[in-house]
Amino acid sequence: MAIVDDRLSVYVPPAKPGSLARRETMWGLVFLSPWLIGLVVFTALPILASLALSFTNFNILHPESLRFVGLDNYARMWNELVSNRAVGQSLGVTFRFALMSVPLGIGLALGLALLLHHKLLAGKAIFRTLFFMPVLIPLVASTIVWQGFLNGSTGWLAQILRSLGLPAPDWFADPAWALPGLVLVGIWGIGNMMLIFLAGLQAVPTELYEAVKVDGGGPWARFRNVTLPMISPVLFYNILIAIIAVAQYFTQAYTLDPTGNGRPGGSTFFFNLNLYKEGWTYNNIGYASALAWLMMLIVVLAAIALFRTSARWVFYAGAER
Amino acid sequence: MSTEAVSIPLAEAGRQRSRRTRRVWVGASRLGLTLFTASLAMIFLLPLGYMLLTSVKDNSQIIALNAPLWPASPQSYTAADGSIYALYDVPLPDAGVRQLALEKPGRIVSTFIDPANGQEIQWRGNWRGLSPVWSGIQPKFDNFTTVLDTLNFPMLLRNTLVVAILGTIGAVSSAVVVAYGFARFRIPGKNGLFLLMIMTIILPFQVLLIPQYIGFRAIGWTGTWLPLIVPHFFANAYNVFLLRQYFLTLPRELDQAAMVDGASPLQILRSVIIPQAWPAIVAVALFHFFFAWNDFFAPLVYLSGRPDLATMTVGLQAFSATYSGSGTGYLTQAAALMALVVPVVIFFLAQRAFMRGVVISGVEK
Repeated sequence: MAIVDDRLSVYVPPAKPGSLARRETMWGLVFLSPWLIGLVVFTALPILASLALSFTNFNILHPESLRFVGLDNYARMWNELVSNRAVGQSLGVTFRFALMSVPLGIGLALGLALLLHHKLLAGKAIFRTLFFMPVLIPLVASTIVWQGFLNGSTGWLAQILRSLGLPAPDWFADPAWALPGLVLVGIWGIGNMMLIFLAGLQAVPTELYEAVKVDGGGPWARFRNVTLPMISPVLFYNILIAIIAVAQYFTQAYTLDPTGNGRPGGSTFFFNLNLYKEGWTYNNIGYASALAWLMMLIVVLAAIALFRTSARWVFYAGAER
Repeated sequence: MSTEAVSIPLAEAGRQRSRRTRRVWVGASRLGLTLFTASLAMIFLLPLGYMLLTSVKDNSQIIALNAPLWPASPQSYTAADGSIYALYDVPLPDAGVRQLALEKPGRIVSTFIDPANGQEIQWRGNWRGLSPVWSGIQPKFDNFTTVLDTLNFPMLLRNTLVVAILGTIGAVSSAVVVAYGFARFRIPGKNGLFLLMIMTIILPFQVLLIPQYIGFRAIGWTGTWLPLIVPHFFANAYNVFLLRQYFLTLPRELDQAAMVDGASPLQILRSVIIPQAWPAIVAVALFHFFFAWNDFFAPLVYLSGRPDLATMTVGLQAFSATYSGSGTGYLTQAAALMALVVPVVIFFLAQRAFMRGVVISGVEK
């Protein structure tokens, strides 16, 4: 932070405090108004509306038979959860995917960032562009590309593995391999996290590294005691964004199976495929709203848990922030 | 004296040698690290190579065993009587591997014609185990014309551009205005509002989409582009955050000078803030453009039953649902290629502004 606050160095004409402050507030609210209106119309009202709808049997094709059904939708969700049908199955798929893709994605993004930050690497800008570029490919297109690439007979990966004498899984045709296949598709999208890690690495003061060197610490000590604490805020941010992304996962699974059943054998039946099916195939808007609220609660709880633990491992160097 | 005079150049030479070995070592590690990263990048982008090459092949090559990696076609031989036979690499017991034309395929014995002299040759063995003779590089660009017609690419492109550009105008103008409000005005409860805005980022879209859908349906907007455009005129939290962070870094002296000269807040925004904030504004515009190009769920539900209004991703997904099966997989690769060309080219043209934007929104927490 600058030592001199430059705001104080400029002459501000004195005025009657009341009217000027009120004018400023008025102008400020005018500028905030697009967001304030949007907050009410596109966020607050919809959240309340979907909560209200989740206690009804609302069917968009038969609005006349709208009825308050109390906790029926939630009871149905609970039954499907304990019997591992639709809701239970789709939550299971989504959690399994999160457990694979979030740590792997974060780890690879951090590893790539460390590699691209290395002082001996030539052509940093080109590599940064190349590793980032797949982020810009529309998810439908990248899923199609991977579908072909991972095909068990004509895909390149299978051909490479077979030429090395290794067994080649038929990724998207095999219930055991379809979800790991989608994890691979997701790895194409780690460029965002990589860039954010890179910026975090560039912000680490080099004196800290020199201090570790003076103390006789090796590369691991440098990483463990300087890099990791210093980039913990961006690590925190990336984990949060990755969790939110899993909660919204839909496009890739729907491209893989346009019937929305999570082929093969329901192994890619993500939570939002079930929600889409209930809401837009069966028009059970009431039940779909209950599903949406369940997902929101899960995400909010995950975020709260992350914030709670963050006091222990996220290190904010600048106290002024 | 004399020993000293000798020892100094010696020590100097030793130091130079160690410096040289050090430089060689650094150079070698630089080369090794760069080569390692380059091979990682190659592996990372290998699926793109698959897509590029597959999109200009045809199905017979894709399903054939031992077909070359490059797009090629099986070679054939035209006999004297005008009939056409496929050429195969046939291992002959006496003459090694020869290129022969398959005349009568059989499981145990097949009849081949030697193109050199037109002689028939009986060959014992299953012809299916033979590999055909492939041409040199022969890309089939008519795959793209096929996709252009079946996918109705020009229509999808137009629809997507309209939705993306109008949405970008809305997203940028609203985010600029709101970020200016957050960055420059004392409003009671502003910090609480700002925190509330950041919190909306974690809301999953589903919980908002269902009531929005009911609302848009009630006012007759489903089956139009309006639900894909209008909401973006009400400022997205990410974009506001990015622009606010940027506006906070701009010196206030110019604002205040303009204010002393009697400029209104709107004039200050237009002639002081915006001209200084172009990098961040461009980043927000790119963010929204790419978002709109990639968006799938909203166009899927709002434009269902209106294929004439479909955006690129929806059209591509429908195309893939029809053609991804065996036999036409190369067409979906060609279609995917066509769908990703526009965002990837724009990214290469504007990558600096874009990547800086990603960094501002992620790090400046």
